[in-house]
Amino acid sequence: MEHVDLEYGRTPDGTLHVALGGDWKLARGIPALRGVLEEIEKQPPPQRVVLETSVLAGWDSGLLTFLLAVLSRCMQLGVEVDRQGLPKGVERLLALATAVPARRNSRSPRSESILASVGDAAITWSRGCRDTLAFIGEAFLALVRLFTGKARFRRSDLLLVLQGCGARSVGIVALINFLVGIILAFVGAIELRTFGAQIYVAHLVGIGMLRDIAPIMTGIIVAGRTGAAFAAELATMEANQEIDALRTLGIAPMDFLVLPRLLALSLMMPLLCLYADLVGIAGGLVVSASMLGISPVQYLLETRHAVGLNDLFLGLFMGFVFGVLVALTGCMRGVRSGRSASAVGEATTSAVVTGIVSIVVATAIITFISYVLGI
Amino acid sequence: MVKDLTMAYGDSVVVRDLNFSVKEREIFIIMGGSGSGKSTLLRHLIGLQEPARGTIFYQGASSGLWEMATPERERLLRRFGVLYQGGALWSSMTLGENVALPMQEYAIAGAEEISALASLKLGLVGLAGFEDYYPAEISGGMTKRAGLARAMALEPDILFFDEPSAGLDPITSRRLDDLILDLRDSLGATIVVVTHELASIFAIGDNSVLLDGQSKAMIASGNPKRLLAESKDPRVLAFLTRGGTSRA
Repeated sequence: MEHVDLEYGRTPDGTLHVALGGDWKLARGIPALRGVLEEIEKQPPPQRVVLETSVLAGWDSGLLTFLLAVLSRCMQLGVEVDRQGLPKGVERLLALATAVPARRNSRSPRSESILASVGDAAITWSRGCRDTLAFIGEAFLALVRLFTGKARFRRSDLLLVLQGCGARSVGIVALINFLVGIILAFVGAIELRTFGAQIYVAHLVGIGMLRDIAPIMTGIIVAGRTGAAFAAELATMEANQEIDALRTLGIAPMDFLVLPRLLALSLMMPLLCLYADLVGIAGGLVVSASMLGISPVQYLLETRHAVGLNDLFLGLFMGFVFGVLVALTGCMRGVRSGRSASAVGEATTSAVVTGIVSIVVATAIITFISYVLGI
Repeated sequence: MVKDLTMAYGDSVVVRDLNFSVKEREIFIIMGGSGSGKSTLLRHLIGLQEPARGTIFYQGASSGLWEMATPERERLLRRFGVLYQGGALWSSMTLGENVALPMQEYAIAGAEEISALASLKLGLVGLAGFEDYYPAEISGGMTKRAGLARAMALEPDILFFDEPSAGLDPITSRRLDDLILDLRDSLGATIVVVTHELASIFAIGDNSVLLDGQSKAMIASGNPKRLLAESKDPRVLAFLTRGGTSRA
């Protein structure tokens, strides 16, 4: 087996001979550079460096990186290098690698003060806010155009989005809300049974699902499913210049792409919430009937007695608001994304995170207002 | 006509002080190496990006592209057709729908006529019978041609092509060049092509500008063949001879 061999030493005339022998391949391990570099840097510096490879058996990029480091150090110190002993292939590759000088400091990390970093972050944040407000404004103008009959989009697109965010979401919305109804009933039953008040499980599940839980859970499902799909689809269109193509044909992307999605989701979310209410109540009914000894009829009568139309409409209103928020965040992240594969991923992630955060913030605001108004 | 145009992304200038004009019915080439600002210039010309400085005038317009009111600019942009580098066909629509959509948007005819017009435009680019295919079902060359059919949908006065030969084999690329010449001769449209494919540049170009990424400026303008024969600028010769200096 060949061994990697590196020998170096000075002759009396001040020439440093660097002899490379054996199999210089990455897989076999490359000798450390440090010794040769220290020899080059040692005072007095060598008159010249002669590279000898007469006993070199094989080589790959490992040899090139070694030689590049030696050449670069010699150039910095102004030491002449005799490269005549190098194999022709190595010479050619070294010439290629050094043909274009490396760009200096183009992407090197700058050390910034904390104040500058905070300033940069604040500027980025304020630009993001301005961008968001501009998008909301554009969406509002598009809605105005819609109601004045001037907005143009394909009806088939609206129907497709309605199907995607409505009919195709029914399964997952049912599963999650049914399980949440069951969980809510169990949590209530544990405490209420100690007071013999397990019949009030129907109140807890009914009011809880209608007012808050069903809209929130449905909103989160839709943000993860439909909001992400909107962002990914629109970001891919942006990356493929499909949105540019719309703009150059004078077709407003806001009307053509955002409006159908906004309309579809704001129409479909209240319906999904209504469905989620019913399924959640059914979940509570299963627990009550099977474990708490409450008959289904009694449970339903109690539920009817406990919940009012105000609870129902509040939940549906929240669903509508969440639909608008998820559609806007999904479309905004998609349309405003970059033109690369990673930008599509970032847009999707950002759409889901922003969608869920906006749902929680909106819930807090609506709950507070409804409390103050006594709804 | 482009006057004193400076293009920039934020503080980073791409090309400064561009001046050139494009005559009616000519094939005008915007050429330059990678990163020289060719595609950025195209984005400025088609109204997708606002100049940092300078003006872009189009014949028949009352003022510069970015000085006019938005409705007037939108009307002007309707006179353009753009073929994007990757075709940029709307992936959720068939080829027929892609070509028909601009016509439907501006209601230039009834549904049946638009369908016939879309078939005609696809036929002009050699895609007759592909109306019901989706972009994902056709080859790269066909995507370019379908993009061209869509660019011609509104009978534009000016057609812009962004790297039409990119990603195509030499024969398909040559056919696309022939198609561009045919379209200029038959439709009488002005054609602006962004490319760095020398074969295409010499085959179809009537006039050109050469952008240089290093100096961030236009370093030559004129007929490409004449530039090759007469230019003394080594950068121009290097570009037009693939890095060599010989005019042969």
